Amino acid sequence: MSVNVSAEQRHVHQLHPAEKPGVLVKASAEPVLKATDIAKWFGENHVLRGASITVWPGETVCILGRSGSGKSTFLRSLNFLEDPTDGVVEIDGVTVSADPFRKEGKERQARIRDLRLRAGMVFQEFNLFPHLSVIENCVEAPVHVKGMKRKEAEEIAEQYLAKVGLSEKRDEYPSRLSGGQRQRVAIARALTMQPKVLLFDEPTSALDPTLVGEVLKVMADLAHEGRTMIVVTHEMDFAHEAADRVYYMDQGEFAEVGPPEQVIDAPHDPRTKEFLSRFRTLGAKK
Amino acid sequence: MEQDARALAQAVAVDEARRASRWQLRFRLGWGILIALLAGFVLISLNVEIDFIARATPFILEGIWITLIVSAASIVLATLLAAIGALGRLSSNAIINAIASFYVSFFRGTPLILQLLVWYLALPQVGLIFDPIYCAIGALGMNYGAYMTEIFRAGIQAVPLGQREAAAALGMSSRTAFLRIVAPQAFRIIVPAIGNDFVAMLKDSALASTVALQEIVWRARNVGQKEFKTLQTFIIAAMIYWALTIIFSGFQNRIERRLAAGDRNKESKG
Repeated sequence: MSVNVSAEQRHVHQLHPAEKPGVLVKASAEPVLKATDIAKWFGENHVLRGASITVWPGETVCILGRSGSGKSTFLRSLNFLEDPTDGVVEIDGVTVSADPFRKEGKERQARIRDLRLRAGMVFQEFNLFPHLSVIENCVEAPVHVKGMKRKEAEEIAEQYLAKVGLSEKRDEYPSRLSGGQRQRVAIARALTMQPKVLLFDEPTSALDPTLVGEVLKVMADLAHEGRTMIVVTHEMDFAHEAADRVYYMDQGEFAEVGPPEQVIDAPHDPRTKEFLSRFRTLGAKK
Repeated sequence: MEQDARALAQAVAVDEARRASRWQLRFRLGWGILIALLAGFVLISLNVEIDFIARATPFILEGIWITLIVSAASIVLATLLAAIGALGRLSSNAIINAIASFYVSFFRGTPLILQLLVWYLALPQVGLIFDPIYCAIGALGMNYGAYMTEIFRAGIQAVPLGQREAAAALGMSSRTAFLRIVAPQAFRIIVPAIGNDFVAMLKDSALASTVALQEIVWRARNVGQKEFKTLQTFIIAAMIYWALTIIFSGFQNRIERRLAAGDRNKESKG
């Protein structure tokens, strides 16, 4: 393969058979997000081996896989927090390709920022801004990136803080919130940017087990009201209940794609089977 | 049983408080003895002449202003240079990074007194003549700026990577992310260090006596040497520096505590 041909020309996006738009998606609809053949090398380490995904409007998809399988790297490649070695990402009409030789300059950076405005991200470690109050955390980017009026941004933020059940924490600082509350603020912060798709990177993995439920409930509500979401998670019950489609990642590739009833309950792929059987035995011991 | 346990807890608390107050008492006693010894050394064994000290002290005290002005101006210069230097050290541009690291290496790698003498004695050779006070400010500011560059850089790098990632994921440019997210957090780490360096600068400004700047040490030496009483005048100078550092360390502690409590204060309002 020639490295001189641009990634966009080399890669043609192909739908996985399971990625047909659901019955609720309009026939004329375009996918919100298309990632094509995303590959990532960390030095000699081949972390992603060409993974593709298609997400239609209103869908919630979950990415499962053991730790080290590359699922977080894949998610972080979708908004270029991780610069992939190869592949193309398109979100809501904005396309950015891998640029491993850094031939493109400022124009690509601007396009990546444009892409990021369409994709809100929720991190495992929350990453709230500790020097800003809850409401300031939410309006910081709408005001200083989108140029929105502060009052308008605050109105939107308050609406989302109400949705995550934290209206009364509006003027608190993150250090005074529990982990579950912090993660819900992080979700409100992402929503205040009014993105087309929400990316969740193991949003409950850093939480005390007693606090996981409140975050998953907010996420399930968002899924049911038709938000487009991509969730990297270990929460099988959430994936089963909320996902339209589940992707099982193994060694940097999607080993199995399908509805949760298939991938979680009756997987075809032997690797998926083995992973899930471990989960079941663990679950049985509880 | 409950009452027994409570009585035991109270007895333990009383005993702990008694031990703590006795420790304090001994600590203060230790300080008192050392101060008395120092004062005794000064007063008794040194053939004190009250009228000489009364004459010399006001003269030496006048140097405080020069010391404070030089220290303050130098710390401002050093802070500016350190801010620029730290951005340079963190720049992805190789040339800018080279300039910044060269600055840090050179000014940390040569003696401060030599740098000061270059300003005062060597630069006039190439036609650059500065007042002693500007020599002192220039030399101290550039030297401290080099040390503080590394402190500022470390402060900026101490802000977790996740903060930059969250800012980037929200669509912020690296410039916006730095100004709005990273810098305010780095500031809290850096400010105590600036205070620390200001206290150090108060003492290092004594080096300016070598370029005939009439600060505390210069005055102590001149007034002392005339009557062969430098032991007395240097002790006076030492007491002045000591008092200054105690006062400014106190300020610095308060700033540090306020910064640490910043969030809590704001929160209690909300």
